[in-house]
Amino acid sequence: MIVYIFIAFMFFIGIYGMMAKKNIIKMIIGMNIIGYAVNLFFIVLGYKSGGIQPILVPGMDIKEFVERAVNPLPQALVLTSIVIDLSIICFLAALSIRIYEKYGTFDLEKIRRLKG
Amino acid sequence: MVTNIFFHVFLLSMMVIGSMVAVFSRKLISSLVSLGTVGMLISIYFLILGAPDIAITQLVVEVLALIILLCAITGRDVTADMTSSKVYVFLFIFIFVISILTFISYSNFIFPEFGNTNMRVGKEYLYLATEKLKSANAVTAIVLDFRGYDTIGEATVIFTAIIGVMVLLRKKGKKDE
Amino acid sequence: MNKGMSEIVKTISKIVVPFIIIFGISVIFYGHLTPGGGFPGGVIISASFVLLLLAYGREKVLSKLSLYKSDILHDIGAIMFLSVSLIGFAGGVFFLNIFNKGKLFSLWSGGNLLFSNIAIGLKVGTSLFLGITLLSMARIIHKENKIEFYEKEEDIK
Repeated sequence: MIVYIFIAFMFFIGIYGMMAKKNIIKMIIGMNIIGYAVNLFFIVLGYKSGGIQPILVPGMDIKEFVERAVNPLPQALVLTSIVIDLSIICFLAALSIRIYEKYGTFDLEKIRRLKG
Repeated sequence: MVTNIFFHVFLLSMMVIGSMVAVFSRKLISSLVSLGTVGMLISIYFLILGAPDIAITQLVVEVLALIILLCAITGRDVTADMTSSKVYVFLFIFIFVISILTFISYSNFIFPEFGNTNMRVGKEYLYLATEKLKSANAVTAIVLDFRGYDTIGEATVIFTAIIGVMVLLRKKGKKDE
Repeated sequence: MNKGMSEIVKTISKIVVPFIIIFGISVIFYGHLTPGGGFPGGVIISASFVLLLLAYGREKVLSKLSLYKSDILHDIGAIMFLSVSLIGFAGGVFFLNIFNKGKLFSLWSGGNLLFSNIAIGLKVGTSLFLGITLLSMARIIHKENKIEFYEKEEDIK
């Protein structure tokens, strides 16, 4: 139960970084922290006490492996999510480079006042 | 895997402190460094929770994310303004309080206990991957064969994002001359 | 990132990079036996090329693996993955696994997992190298307060 409270706290720190900060790079860092918290939440949901990893080792019986292994389904969902987050942060960095070229600053208040 | 609860709480508190330093610091370089620390701690925590291929992926992806953000910062603004807009802070506090109250009152129905999972579909996948498909890695079999349609969608998203980067960072085209 | 780093960094990275590439290829090819698969292996291979980019400068790396070639490899990876999934139509259903499933714990096991891993590794690796190289080309030239991109040395004058 206390593990879920820590993960929710990290998620809310990420949301604060995205909502209340004015620098564009801080918004990207906040989005990264939200991504970390959500991936961690999925893997924590699939944890079994005293479980082993879901990879078969030679010399292990299959029935005992099925009984003792950790749930493999959340791990398959998180594996693609991590690589998608990397490509999104690459695209956002390119977008912020273009914004800096046009307006000369990363500050969102100054960008809202200058028009074009 | 480690069953003592204090080890988990220790690692998680270090992650929370690292993310607070990343969001609340003035210079952008120090927030990048603490973001790297949080990523490495999460990779160690994935290994403790029994997911080795996720730990490899998270470690390498976090190193590349640091390099990408460093490309966007050097030569440009390296300090961040510390004043934050008041309207959004009040909105954030409002959302935070309502979410915490909902979380505490409904927590028995939403989350299972830490350590029990519902393995109804997972058992079938583990059995099918080792008996019928004959592959020793159950996670790769799920990603590429049982849920392969999601992998096609993910390959499309990465393809589109990189084409977007190629379109954004182009030299001046013929229309501007 | 145009000029490389000092001589020590160049020598050490020249020694270490082949081992990183072989480790990445092993993580891709044995993806159905050991932890790993297509995604971590592809990111490891692209990280080795980024190490070469940081140590030697952009000109030398782009003369070996130009942007045009990595663009073509990126497309080949995507087409290979789609064709592996379309071959399943020969069995009647989209994405059916119709290859011969060999013995457990050998290299040829699990049907079309080997080809899918190689296709995904090629695609993810080259696309991330392409993205990071393009990001490092956007430089600032503080002459007359202009901000431009440049690709060759003769553009800065």
